[in-house]
Amino acid sequence: MSGGRQELTPEAARERVQELRACVWGLGLALLLTLVPFALVALGGLPRQPTLWTIGLLALVQIVVHFRFFLHIDLSRQKREDLQLILFSLLILLIMVGGTLWIIFDLYVRMMPAMLP
Amino acid sequence: MSLQRRHPGLNLGAAHQEADDASEVLVFGFWVFMMSDLIVFGLLFATYATMLGATAGGPGPRDLFDLRSAFVETMLLLASSFTFGMASLALKYRRDRGRLLFWLGLTLALGAGFLGFEVHDFLAMIAKGGAPSRSGYLSAFFALVPLHGLHVTAASLWLVVLTVQSLVFGLDTRVKTGLLRLGILWHFLDLIWIGIFSFVYLAGLA
Repeated sequence: MSGGRQELTPEAARERVQELRACVWGLGLALLLTLVPFALVALGGLPRQPTLWTIGLLALVQIVVHFRFFLHIDLSRQKREDLQLILFSLLILLIMVGGTLWIIFDLYVRMMPAMLP
Repeated sequence: MSLQRRHPGLNLGAAHQEADDASEVLVFGFWVFMMSDLIVFGLLFATYATMLGATAGGPGPRDLFDLRSAFVETMLLLASSFTFGMASLALKYRRDRGRLLFWLGLTLALGAGFLGFEVHDFLAMIAKGGAPSRSGYLSAFFALVPLHGLHVTAASLWLVVLTVQSLVFGLDTRVKTGLLRLGILWHFLDLIWIGIFSFVYLAGLA
């Protein structure tokens, strides 16, 4: 069981190549999605507001890429439970984070403008 | 031949019948734990955002962050996520301990490199007057980013333990399901880092 490589069945060999390809694709896409925002900030070509939007958008895309290619979460039926768990946690998170930011920044605007970044 | 994946996400496949059965519940349970960790990080991100203006006259992101260092850390962690993926493949299809240990060793080295750069960053920040006690902004920063570093440290220790276990006991069911769960943790930490480099470092310097 421990040492020694074993012969793979043709299906397993095919599946291995698929997963290997997914891993490399994941790395390539993640690299691209990392390098672009770093380059934007390093070169400073765009004004601040569009830069921030681009960074946020690319981060979201990269998170999806990591889920898909590294954590193997996709839309297939066997992974439904995981996907539902993740989506529900994200919903809870969205409510709590969104609520926090809304309330606190509303307070800043009304009472403590000095605290606005 | 049951090559279909019976449980969600990362899995060992049909060639590891016993471990595959055992991991079904363990992996889902670990995902539940991971999601509770996600909530913790998410709320610390929210705290950080509300504290952006609370520098209290102290140094802010532009004075403290080093883009080059953040870039190196990002690359190291991304590479380690890839090498852990390769380790998972070596475990799943090759059942070849040598190859598995090679990729795990590489992952550990990249993780250690990441931590080295991060500690160096924190020390540089403190040297520039950016200690956690200086302002609300810095307290929020030091609650968020080093917590991620602490997670990477714990994951690295876990990796060392699993490596030793695989050497002592061989690749038995407990070691295999352990590696599966560590894989989820490791990839998840890279996911959190996307948030940190984007919303803390890049947005702070943009």
